[in-house]
Amino acid sequence: MLRFVLRRLMLLVPVMFGLTVMMFIIARLLPGDPVGLAAGPNATQAEIAAYARDFGLDQPVWVQYGRYLWGLLHGDLGVSIFSRRPVLADLIAYLPATMELVFAAMALAVGLGIPAGLAAAVWRNRWPDYASRVAALAAISMPRFFLGLLLQLTFAMWLFWLPLGGRFPIILEPPPTVTGFLTLDALFAGDWEAFVTACRHLALPAIAMCLSPLATIMRMMRASTIEVLQQDYVMTARALGLPPRLIVFKYVAKNAVSATLTVIGLYFGWLLGGTVLVETVFDWPGIGLYATSAIVSQDFMPVIGVALVIGLMFMLVNLLVDVLYGVINPKVRYT
Amino acid sequence: MALLDIRDLHLAMRSFDGEAHVLNGISLSVERRQVWGLVGETGCGKSLTGLSVSRLVPTPPGRYMRGEIRFDGRDLLAMPERQVAALRGTRIGMIFQDPTTNLNPAFRIGTQLVDVALAAARRKPGVLAGGGRRAAERLAVQMLEKVGIANAAERLQDYPHQFSGGMRQRVLIAMALVGQPDLLIADEPTTALDVSVQAQILRLIRSMVDEFDMGVLMITHNLGVVAQSCTHVAVMYAGNIVESGPVRDVLMHPRHPYTQALLAAIPTRGTARGALRGLAGAVPNLIAPPPGCRFAARCGRVSAACTVLPPLTGALHRTACHHADHADA
Ligand SMILES: Nc1ncnc2c1ncn2[C@@H]1O[C@H](COP(=O)(O)OP(=O)(O)OP(=O)(O)O)[C@@H](O)[C@H]1O
Ligand code: SF4
Ligand SMILES: [Mg+2]
Repeated sequence: MLRFVLRRLMLLVPVMFGLTVMMFIIARLLPGDPVGLAAGPNATQAEIAAYARDFGLDQPVWVQYGRYLWGLLHGDLGVSIFSRRPVLADLIAYLPATMELVFAAMALAVGLGIPAGLAAAVWRNRWPDYASRVAALAAISMPRFFLGLLLQLTFAMWLFWLPLGGRFPIILEPPPTVTGFLTLDALFAGDWEAFVTACRHLALPAIAMCLSPLATIMRMMRASTIEVLQQDYVMTARALGLPPRLIVFKYVAKNAVSATLTVIGLYFGWLLGGTVLVETVFDWPGIGLYATSAIVSQDFMPVIGVALVIGLMFMLVNLLVDVLYGVINPKVRYT
Repeated sequence: MALLDIRDLHLAMRSFDGEAHVLNGISLSVERRQVWGLVGETGCGKSLTGLSVSRLVPTPPGRYMRGEIRFDGRDLLAMPERQVAALRGTRIGMIFQDPTTNLNPAFRIGTQLVDVALAAARRKPGVLAGGGRRAAERLAVQMLEKVGIANAAERLQDYPHQFSGGMRQRVLIAMALVGQPDLLIADEPTTALDVSVQAQILRLIRSMVDEFDMGVLMITHNLGVVAQSCTHVAVMYAGNIVESGPVRDVLMHPRHPYTQALLAAIPTRGTARGALRGLAGAVPNLIAPPPGCRFAARCGRVSAACTVLPPLTGALHRTACHHADHADA
């Protein structure tokens, strides 16, 4: 098991390396004049050249790439030519907001999707099944940013129940940072009001993000539960006199969840990538919003940094899922 | 009063092609300490008979048309599901054919056995002396030891895939017996096992009969198994019991043409295994079966009388045939 984890971690190196190469090539192939943009409309030719020299942008691409890799090995992700701040510091500042959003969406999707899928399978072809099927179709077929706008219109601009966007009101003092997740930090500080405020801001973007994975997880869980219900050991459990509730919620659920787990891992990466749009719509200060503003100003170092972080998180989460899979399913051997 | 008394049981199963009349008047009674073998070709309705006793045949597609399954005097078919469920495990135990697919692969043996013991104890307090999870764990160890698993206490921590096939069947037997049932239904308990293990499992089941003072309905298609471990036997053909009685009587002096053909077909050196020697023709279509004896198409003694279904008659050794061979009587 330890060897399996180590081997998978080693695999991260070539993947991350490939990602940097790809991002570098894409960044350089795109047309644009980042230095000109950053230096401003009134900059002289000499000023722009000096600016480019400062950032090493006058060098050939492969030299730039070499320098970037060298920096990467020392934990340096480059500098934003726009803000002139190190990308790593920015990422550390913005990542918790994104992770909080992704975790909240995932918690909603798993927390609702698993029981809903189980219920749909147990009451197959009766109303819980039909209701969930219609809801799932609606959730999957709607684009996330459109859904976000719809939620904003309904709950923020029409009903006034929830804030339109942002993560925490600027005029209020946020709870002291422990985890970087405002909801958790508020709980740690015992600040109930801050917790409610944080949750109210989190609600709409998290709902916009969770619906699609929720629908997929529910459908997957339904399908795998139906398959498990037909297994011999379910009939045996009934014949042995185990109560139906124990059979469904313990014996069937565990087998069905292990089949659903893979989808959950994949959706995690999908959500991370999807934050870019949702964060922009809800003005959520995470790495997605950071990446959007960097792209607009053709500021490449932050974009590459965000891609690396998303790739890294994706791989780590999938590793975690594989390990969990083995914990749930004792037959899996790690090799 | 017999422990189990099946009377004229008729069951139809719906399928794509129509409704098949798969049990056509089964009558069978099992007393405590009797081990009944239920034999017959594949598809003749052995498993559905066994499952019916636990009321585990899904309805639909199943439909009981007539008959009773009296257990301790009460008709199981007339009971609501809740009451039947209360009998499972504590009054009626079951073992199935394939021990690989009948244990839940995601849970430790101990977890499964303890849950079964706890569920049984809730309905039958005598099962667990002290009560509670601790007592259930102790009982689980005892049961595993009883079915012949070494290092029982440690093996409770193991998952099913860590056991061999024979060991898994022993575990399933322990689970079926932990609630001390009065009736055990074993559906081909040795068919999926290595030949070397089969005899051990049969001996184990036999030894449990006296210990638990129970009746057994053992489904098999192997007459050797019947001869080795049953006290009584019922021979089925296409949804009917054609002959039943004490093993010695039926196997030594078969009266029904089908039983006689079965016994003649027992593989001796030189003949193909299980081929029914001298039996041409096929099992009738159960969706629209011809009236009368269902064996008529393959029977050498068929006559005009056979267009009427022969009833199962006799006292101990019973036969359903208009021209039963009473040469021995
Ligand atoms: N769920 C079902 N739906 C429709 N028909 C079924 C179903 N289960 C069994 N049958 C039919 O009922 C008949 C009896 O089946 P059963 O399983 O009792 O046979 P069996 O004697 O146990 O055979 P085997 O030796 O192969 O186990 C078969 O013809 C089968 O096709
Ligand atoms: S009743 Fe007739 S057809 Fe049926 S087994 Fe007896 S002799 Fe043969
Ligand atoms: Mg069968």
